[in-house]
Amino acid sequence: MNNGGYTRPQLVCPAGTPAALRTAVEAGADAVYCGLQNATNARNFPGLNFTPAELEAAIAYAHARAAKVLLAVNTFPRAGQFALWREAVDLGARLGIDALIVADLGVADYAARTYPALRLHLSVQAGASSPEAIRFYCEEFGVKRVVLPRILTVAEIADIHRQIPCEIETFVFGNHGLMAEGRCSLSAYATGLSTNMDGACSPAADVHYEEDAARNLTTKLGPFVIDRFACNENAGYPTICKGRYLTDARNEAYYAFEEPVTLNLAGLLPDLMRAGVTALKVEGRQRSRAYVRAVVSAFRKAVDDILAGGEASLASLLALTEGQRETEGAYRSKTWR
Amino acid sequence: MGDRAVELTLGPVLFNWPADQWRDFYFRIADEAPVTTVYLGEVICSKRAPLFASHYEEVVERLSARGKTVVFSMLSEVALNLDRKLVDSVCASEDHLIEANDASALPRLQGRPHHIGPFMNVYNERSVAVLARGGAQNFCLPVEMPARTIRALCAGTPDLDATFEVLVFGRMPLALSARCYHARAHGRTKDTCQFVCEKDPDGLELRTLNGQPFLAVNGIQTLSYDFLNLIDRLQELQEIGVSRFRLSPHGCDMVRVATTFRGVLDGTLTAAQAAAALTGLNLPGPFSNGFYNGKPCPAGAILAHVKDAES
Repeated sequence: MNNGGYTRPQLVCPAGTPAALRTAVEAGADAVYCGLQNATNARNFPGLNFTPAELEAAIAYAHARAAKVLLAVNTFPRAGQFALWREAVDLGARLGIDALIVADLGVADYAARTYPALRLHLSVQAGASSPEAIRFYCEEFGVKRVVLPRILTVAEIADIHRQIPCEIETFVFGNHGLMAEGRCSLSAYATGLSTNMDGACSPAADVHYEEDAARNLTTKLGPFVIDRFACNENAGYPTICKGRYLTDARNEAYYAFEEPVTLNLAGLLPDLMRAGVTALKVEGRQRSRAYVRAVVSAFRKAVDDILAGGEASLASLLALTEGQRETEGAYRSKTWR
Repeated sequence: MGDRAVELTLGPVLFNWPADQWRDFYFRIADEAPVTTVYLGEVICSKRAPLFASHYEEVVERLSARGKTVVFSMLSEVALNLDRKLVDSVCASEDHLIEANDASALPRLQGRPHHIGPFMNVYNERSVAVLARGGAQNFCLPVEMPARTIRALCAGTPDLDATFEVLVFGRMPLALSARCYHARAHGRTKDTCQFVCEKDPDGLELRTLNGQPFLAVNGIQTLSYDFLNLIDRLQELQEIGVSRFRLSPHGCDMVRVATTFRGVLDGTLTAAQAAAALTGLNLPGPFSNGFYNGKPCPAGAILAHVKDAES
């Protein structure tokens, strides 16, 4: 489809729970992505994700409304435990998911050889950030779409688009992890649980809040202090890449990696659509239904407005950044690096 | 697997050392260090690569003349055109073995013997099989793999003619980013960095707000503050199928490190003698056994590990 010079992008939205899935579809998602209740997906948190029965019902619900369901099996199996990932792929194929989101070479190989008709998307967790890397996955496993790491400028994305045989999906909104996806063991270092293998960054069981007499709050991950907040400040969830640290190169504590910011590319939507991006992804499977409804509705309207030749109205999205500053991250300019 | 020759290897220099010092380091390694394989090349930042370009030929020559196998390690993160050109130019040479640290190098290496580096996500039997199909022969495993997972991987790949290598000495690589944190610490960006990373030959230390040493920054890379030291686990690692042990270069006396590890592998040094030799290195951080038992110990609780080895 071509509208006003733009190809109509798909809006790919988070579904941490069956209720969030229905909400996202109602709010205008073209596709939703979800995971099973175990280590096979990168949001393996208590209270999130789908049982096999819930997944089956969710697929029926989405398909009845012309929305696609993408199953994230996007962690890296530990040696000796491959069966759990194989079962997840088998289940997805049996239930008729529209695509499988994979990161691990072994999982991709299993899916491609066992279910050659099943559409494969390469997860951001695979960290494929160059045309050569992407082409490798396309040639080896027949990958149809790559979810690009959040480390590229829009110009670089357009450049990659011209050099690869598959579709591109990019993040447009949500939590802004600073490390290259799938290439970070910081949380594992502090907690012993691996983001890559266990599917959890900053697991809640290792998060601690300590309040002093003056009601200042210290947040910790495992044994490490991540940040401190005065009683009138909004305390962030302790993730290592958003903490404050001391170093000899600075006189004061600083955000060594990044300030707590929310990625918001609403202002770059026309550029992304011109760059040849097929799908726009909203992060947030851990988010509430209200959040999902608000973000998906706002992006649905923004995309439709641009396709209709208008300008995207962004005010409603600003309210969703929860008091955090927002950023266009790596996408706008090289100076982010 | 038990009959494989046990090899000690030297990983690539991760830090931005002055070029002359870098050259002299490798000359001394060539002449004095009991390592069989030396991994060479810039794996962190393509901007740094030209700094060492003029010395490669003489370093490779010296290492080869002293019987070392030279393997070229590829960049760990390949996104910019500069990164891609670097990977392309090194892969174009058929003369040397190459270690891939990112999937970008793989298309160039298919059907030709090569190594897989510790920055690739290889955690299971099927991933090893996929890469071995394309010509991969040696796998240096991700640093976050605990011993029990390494054991399962070695046990699960008996039919493959692959060797497994494990990092046993040095700060542990924990994360990569597109952003240069060295430049950021000094109020610069990657494009305007002026190579400020050269100030820190072992990385720039980060402490938590209560002063606890935590991490070390090296350009786009984040490492552990503590130094992995598995000298007391070499026997166990051999028994589970690891035949190659990698030392990661630091500013300390790496010949002494290599000699000590070789001594333990050969049975000519006791654990206590080895621990004493390594304690005298004056490293800018304590030893730890990293992810070996699954959950790393925080720096500070770590010295007990070396004390255990001494007793």
